[in-house]
Parts: sequence; C-alpha cells; structure tokens
Amino acid sequence: MLVKQLSVFMENKPGRLFKLTDTLGKAGIDFVTLSIADTKEYGIVRFIARDNAKAYDVLKKAGFAVEQTLLLGVEVPDRPNALAEVIELLEKEGINIDYLYSFALFKADSAKILLKVSDTDKAVSLFAEKGIKMLNEKIL
Amino acid sequence: MFDKKIETASRAEIADLQLRKLRHIVKYAYDNVKMYRDKFDAIGLKPEHIVTLKDIEKIPFTTKNDLRDNYPFNLFAVPMKEIIRLHASSGTTGKPIVGGYTRYDLENWATCIARILSMAGATDEDIIQVSFGYGLFTGGFGLHYGIEKLGAAVVPMSSGNTERQLMIMRDFGVTGLVATPSYAMYLAETAKKLGILDDLKLKYAFVGAEASTAEMHKALADIFHVLPTENYGLTEVGGPGVSGECKEKCGMHVNEDFFYPEIFDVEKNEAKQEGEYGEMILTTLDKQGMPILRYRTKDITSLTYEPCKCGRTTARMARVVGRTDDMMIIRGVNVFPSQIESVVMDMPELGNNYEIIVDRKNYMDVIEVHVEVGDSSLLTNYSDLENVVAKLKAKMKAVIQLDVKVKLVEPFSIKRGEGKVKRVTDLRKVYEAQKETI
Repeated sequence: MLVKQLSVFMENKPGRLFKLTDTLGKAGIDFVTLSIADTKEYGIVRFIARDNAKAYDVLKKAGFAVEQTLLLGVEVPDRPNALAEVIELLEKEGINIDYLYSFALFKADSAKILLKVSDTDKAVSLFAEKGIKMLNEKIL
Repeated sequence: MFDKKIETASRAEIADLQLRKLRHIVKYAYDNVKMYRDKFDAIGLKPEHIVTLKDIEKIPFTTKNDLRDNYPFNLFAVPMKEIIRLHASSGTTGKPIVGGYTRYDLENWATCIARILSMAGATDEDIIQVSFGYGLFTGGFGLHYGIEKLGAAVVPMSSGNTERQLMIMRDFGVTGLVATPSYAMYLAETAKKLGILDDLKLKYAFVGAEASTAEMHKALADIFHVLPTENYGLTEVGGPGVSGECKEKCGMHVNEDFFYPEIFDVEKNEAKQEGEYGEMILTTLDKQGMPILRYRTKDITSLTYEPCKCGRTTARMARVVGRTDDMMIIRGVNVFPSQIESVVMDMPELGNNYEIIVDRKNYMDVIEVHVEVGDSSLLTNYSDLENVVAKLKAKMKAVIQLDVKVKLVEPFSIKRGEGKVKRVTDLRKVYEAQKETI
C-alpha cells in the first residue's frame, strides 16, 4: 500500500549530485522518481529507485547519509480539480502534508502523486474508504 | 595490579621515594648535562639546595625551545654507547624533539606502559593491536614493548589501511586496540559501515597521543562496545607512559616513581592547589639517557591525591582540557576545541567528526563549526535538520558564550587522520603570517 522512498542528505556544492547518480548508475540502479528542493547549504535528495533495497545498501557502503521513508502514493485522473479533491479529503481529517511531488509514466491517463503526510495510517484508511486508488511499488 | 607495592604505597612512602629520586636526578643532570649546569649556575643554584620536594620550584623550567636548541643529542647524560634507542617527535614546526634511551630506560618505559594497560583491564590473555604508527614517533614502540612486558600478544599493525586493520582485528580475535582517539573512532565508524561490528572481540581501547573528551569516550564505547581508557605522555619526557586511566575512569594515575608532576601557574610563578587547573610541569625522576627537569608541557590539567576506588594511591591527573597553545581567543573569549567537541559528541543526531574554522570578517572574529550528519532517521526532512542545527547552536552558546555558525556536512567528508588530527583552522593566523611576509 505504501511506497518506499530513499532520502539522501547532500551538501549544496558542485559534484555531489553527480556522485550520487554515478554511484547508483554504476551499480545498475534506475531511478523511478527524483526530487530535490533548492536550499542554501544542504538539501535532501528524495527518490525511488527500481530496486530500493539495493540502492540503500550501495549508498550506505559508499558513505552517504541515507534513510528510508514510507510515502503514500495515489493515482488521480488527468482532469481539472482531481488533485484538489484528494487534498480536501486529507484537510477535512486534519492530516497535514509534509511534502508532495508528482510523476508520470508512459502511456498514462492519470497522474501519480507521492505524499508524505503527518498521519500515514489514518490517510491510508481514509483513501481506502473513499475509493481512491493507491499505488504500490509494483506499479512503479 | 602490575606493581602493587608502588601503586598502593602510602602517600608518605611515595613522597619519600620521590624526594630520594629527585635529589639524585638533579645532581645527575647537573653533573652530566651542560644545559642544566648552565641554568643552575646562572642563578647560583646547587643540587644540594634541593632538600624537600617543594624545593623543586627553585629549579628553572625546561621548555620546548631548550630541547630544540640542544638538537639532536646535547641533552644526553650518557655517552652514545649507552644509548640503544632514539625517538623523535613529529614536530610540525622547526626541528623535532629527540629522545635517547638506555637499556635501563627502555625497561622502565615498558614497566610504565604495562602498569597502564593492566589498570585498564588488560592481562596476559589479551591480544592487543597497536594502530599507532611505528617509527620515530614514541607511541608505536612505546606501547609495543609495554604490551610484551605485560605478557599479552602484540599485533604490530602500525597505522593506515583501515579496512585491513579491521580484517586483522576480526580474524585474530583482537581484544585490545591502541590508537589515537580519533583513529579509534574512525575504525569504529568504518566497522559499522562494513557491518562487521558483531564479528569483533574488542574489549578495550587504549587511546592516547591526542586529547579526548568524556563524550568521545562514550561514543567509542557505544559504537565499538569497548571500555575506552586514556593514557598520557609526551616525547619530551620519554613518550607515553606518564599516566593512564584505570577501569574506574576517574583520572589518569601518574607513574609517580618515574615522574614528578606539578600543576603550576607559570605567569604568576606559583603552584596550583590540588584540584585546580593549570599547566602541568613534569620532571623525570629515573632517567639515564635524557633526564628532564621541570618540563613545561603546556597541557592544562589538575591533580588529585585522593586514593582511587581501584585501590591505587598514586596521584591522578584530570583529562587534559586544552593546551596553553591551542586555546583560541575569539572576541575576547577563551575557547578550547575540547569544549566544542563535548557539545558535538553529546548530540546523537550528529556524527562524531567535526572541524572548527576561525576567521575574521569585518574586523570581527567568527567561529564556524562543520559537523558531519549522523545516519539517524531524523535526517529525512528539512524541519528536523533545522532543529538539529538550532539545538547545536544553542548548546554551543551555553558552553562557550559565543554565537557559532553551524554547518552540517555529509558523512565522511571531513578529512580523517590516522595519527593526530588537526581540528582547528585559524584563518586569522594565516592573515597575520601574510602580513608579516609583506
């Protein structure tokens, strides 16, 4: 039901992102998603790899500060207001969104949204109850 | 106990022995070393004037410059044929400090080390890996022969090649590690990274050659599952073996039959009281090759003469809190790197490696601390990271009364040393040096 995401602490200086992607690339690991926010001194690179467990081991051995987080993934139809409806559900229940990003796969008629929320369990049962399609790792 | 008789002697017996040895070595140094004869004669002091232990204060200090000026062999009190070993300090500036040892000196040195290892828990059953560099540096060989004297098995690994160090440690079933505290920490971190911590049989880490803090010992104990104990010494008085911690870890027992420690306020020229901090002055009481009287160590510590819970009665010196020459003055405030280290080590969210950068911007001193992040789960979102930075800043402010700029950096990004680590970069000194050359 939930999607595993890896977070890597990274200093904001040239060459760091290359080192991360190069380390994973050489180990034959594909990215499925990748998200970086811009900050002054450091950032957190968040991503889902095709093989998260392997990516975790590879990065750990290479000395990165890497951690796993569980995200909620939902699929929303590709039409106006679809995302707002999902967010409204969460808001009504007092569940906060820590961060969110979206991604698309080929031949998709829907958008895939990944969310980190304040109460994951509550959000999962809420979505199940309302019939909102959640993603599992196989879909990725 | 390795030498129960002397380690548990009454204070009166220790004082008697010290006075006898002091009077002998003062006369010996005066008779055999020109520098001491000149120093005494210049102030009209004769060896016979030393009648009580307190009279030691009449003797002029010996400084690092004295040792440099007499490079390499002018302070030796015996002919070269009596000297069977030479060592020298790493000395980053100027000429190195040289030490010359007779066979008798090496025997005593090994005894001092064996006592220290024994009081920290080691026995002849142990297998002890020496990860100090072997060479001119006194640490490697000093510990090596002490381990042999104790009867434990010595693994003369020397420094470097961290993964191989850990492989030997695991395969040989090593139970004791000798290293600088920072290298021990690096070995621990690397063992953790490689996932082999559970395969190690380590029980003890004997750390020395650079100062450490209680928090660093705790971090070592937590990661490596060892009892870390600190030992102290310096090339100028023969190397490691001056003092070491017993299992109670409440100060380092001084080998008082070989060294006479004083805590002194050099500027005011007065002795500090028991428990008060000041500069440690050391006199070798039983050296043939190179007797040293009243050496100014520049190390800041204190002494207590209370008997220890372990049963030993020898004086205990506190962990060195700093050196008179590594104290930083930042905006008029005295700051020791050890204060910053204790704050960093006390935060489980952070790694154990850090560096301190002091700079001057717009005529104001600024201090910046770079700390490696730990790998804890706190580090997956920005607000947690910001909280860690805020907490670190607040703790720094409480300890050193200054605003410190904190920067989190990636694990393993700060340079590690295999010997003594340089934690502080004082850019102000670089500017001064540039000014002088202009």
